[in-house]
Amino acid sequence: MPETLLYAIEVMTNGLMAGVLYALVALGFVLIYKASGIFNYAQGVMALFSALTLVGIMDGQVPFAHLINAVFGTDLHHFGWTLPALLSIILTMGVMVLLAWAVQRFIFRHLVNQEPIILFMATIGLAYFMEGFGDMMWGSDIKKLDVGLPQGMNSWIDETTFNALGYGFFIDNLDIVAAVVATVLVGVLVAFSQYTKQGRAMRAVADDHQAALSVGISLNFIWIMVWSVAGFVALVAGVMWGAKSGVQFSLSLIALKALPVLMLGGFTSIPGAIVGGLIIGVGEKLFEFFVGPMIGGATENWFAYVLALIFLVFRPQGLFGEKIIERV
Amino acid sequence: MKLKLISAVVAAIVAGAPAMADLTFSALSYRTGPYAANGIPFADGYADYFTLLNERDGGIGGEKINLIECETAYNTEKGVECYESTKGSGALVYQPLSTGITYQLIPKATADGIPVHSMGYGRTSAKNGEVFSHIFNYPANYWDGASVAIKHLLDVNGGDLKGKKIALVYHNSAYGKEPIRTLEELAKKHGYELTLLPVDHPGQEQKSQWLQIRRDKPDHVLMWGWGVMNQVAIQEAVNIRYPMENFIGIWWSGSENDVLPAGDGANGYKSLTFHNTGSDFPLFADIEKYVKGAGKAAGAGDQIGTALYNRGLYAAMLAAEAAKTAQEIHKTAAITPAMMRDGMENLDITEAKMTALGLPGFGPSFKVSCQNHGGDGLTAVLQWDAAGKKWNKITDFIAPDNDVLNPLVAEDAAAYAKEAGITPACK
Repeated sequence: MPETLLYAIEVMTNGLMAGVLYALVALGFVLIYKASGIFNYAQGVMALFSALTLVGIMDGQVPFAHLINAVFGTDLHHFGWTLPALLSIILTMGVMVLLAWAVQRFIFRHLVNQEPIILFMATIGLAYFMEGFGDMMWGSDIKKLDVGLPQGMNSWIDETTFNALGYGFFIDNLDIVAAVVATVLVGVLVAFSQYTKQGRAMRAVADDHQAALSVGISLNFIWIMVWSVAGFVALVAGVMWGAKSGVQFSLSLIALKALPVLMLGGFTSIPGAIVGGLIIGVGEKLFEFFVGPMIGGATENWFAYVLALIFLVFRPQGLFGEKIIERV
Repeated sequence: MKLKLISAVVAAIVAGAPAMADLTFSALSYRTGPYAANGIPFADGYADYFTLLNERDGGIGGEKINLIECETAYNTEKGVECYESTKGSGALVYQPLSTGITYQLIPKATADGIPVHSMGYGRTSAKNGEVFSHIFNYPANYWDGASVAIKHLLDVNGGDLKGKKIALVYHNSAYGKEPIRTLEELAKKHGYELTLLPVDHPGQEQKSQWLQIRRDKPDHVLMWGWGVMNQVAIQEAVNIRYPMENFIGIWWSGSENDVLPAGDGANGYKSLTFHNTGSDFPLFADIEKYVKGAGKAAGAGDQIGTALYNRGLYAAMLAAEAAKTAQEIHKTAAITPAMMRDGMENLDITEAKMTALGLPGFGPSFKVSCQNHGGDGLTAVLQWDAAGKKWNKITDFIAPDNDVLNPLVAEDAAAYAKEAGITPACK
């Protein structure tokens, strides 16, 4: 097999894996948009906040230590214990549920029936608040996240492809784990929304708030639930991205990677987020591989948006988005 | 009655306000935003050194120091706003801590007559003081760094780089592109093959670049990165099992923040530096006693001795020494920004002076002049010890290849002078 083809296959495979990571971020956006029509600008910051909280709980860090020390003159930093990853994830999820309740209770409850742009602006405010709150709570240093996920080149794939093709493919173990986790997550989310009472209620709220209210569905409960689920998805994305680069404040910028995925896949489709992520991942990597060297490289950021825009020309609602038909 | 009340309130405010400090220094810092993890230790080091001088020595030459910090979040627009809003405070020198902000301040600060110290960043050709009268970038700049990196590679390759492959992974910005011209010129001289691998901001996804490195197998990789780009690059290098001792970052890719997330895999990674790391210097005992111990540290005190804290401290030390030089030249303790500029232009850092300050061997000796605002560009190489979680300085401070660099500085400075309508001359 020609070398260029082998390299292209390797790049494509890695693009698929990168696409899964983009899709993980996009999923959180889709969930909230589907259930409440809110484009949640704070989704990236939620991933950051959840990852910060996870590391903080695992390492036994005292929350708001700087503030407490400054006010009371103490020298507190750590409780002196470390917690297992699984327990920490469960506790972090508790924090994210609490956050979902607070968001609903203090922000969106007061904004029912407001224009979408107002709700969007509220999420911008929420994003800045959470970023500052996360900084105050856990500090702004870069934290190593170790929940036991394997990382580095998969030797088996490297050796097998080398023996078969004469060139060993590079696939990161973390990317494989992310692909498995994303698959399971999508399966669980689809099953939840199709086969559970709460999932069906969520879909009913997504279709028509007023109608859902009229049959006794608690809008309040559903929105808290949706924000909690989005918080869980944010936690998964935060763990995957945090394991790659350490948990740091630029983690919130991963939202930028999700936008072209949403444009392409549609804002209301869970499978759309996955397929969109895969197309963006593969598209940007192949473009960088074949065209990048000719035009100076660093094409991935902008090419993802170009790719999404090309799709929008043909399907304005995105690949899996709902077609909006308005009768005059 | 009303007038009396107002007078009383004004009097109370005036009495309660701190006395107007005589020497004002301005730091455009960033303690928030995606780069806060790097901005905080530098800002802490910068502030702590001035606190030490105030607490231990009563300031500089008997004049208390007032440090004005303005938060930029590493955003160029905010940085310019900070400059505009604080320049009326009588700031003697600005430390922009961003290449983008520095580029914006070059014409503004020059017109306002306020010196700028862009230490190890900013516009490299600002080294030419005849064109950039108020901009100083001592003790080293990016081109010095690129040259010393190549000198180090010559050293580890028996003096010959002919036919070797060197890849530059760089932040796709004005900052990241700075070393390209120098590395290209040096490639002509030494015969190595240079591959350029740009990474878009912020740099969280670099799979394409590292797959290319894996395919091309360059003998050495250089990195001009910042923020998350550094951590991801080092992790990706570990993932593809690239030999870390062949991977060298510029000083902005050489903090503990960059290597710690990769754990043991980062062992052997190298970084350039123009100052030492760690806290094994007599001055740090004073920092402990007068600053941290007295509860006056700018931060939590947990960054002392780290690469970026020490860089901030070093920048403050150089500012204070320039202020002392200005006081000596003008025979007054209450110096102005114009006098400070003279002090910076006549700064002479010797090992004897560093030892007297409690920082023996901390940084290189260098002398600033009108023609040379950049010092001698002496740069050392650090290597990360993952087990000990510390940087080890593995070379002396090495001089760059000025035969190649000086014409490049002259050419770029001449282009700027023409563009800005400046007639090069010593002020």
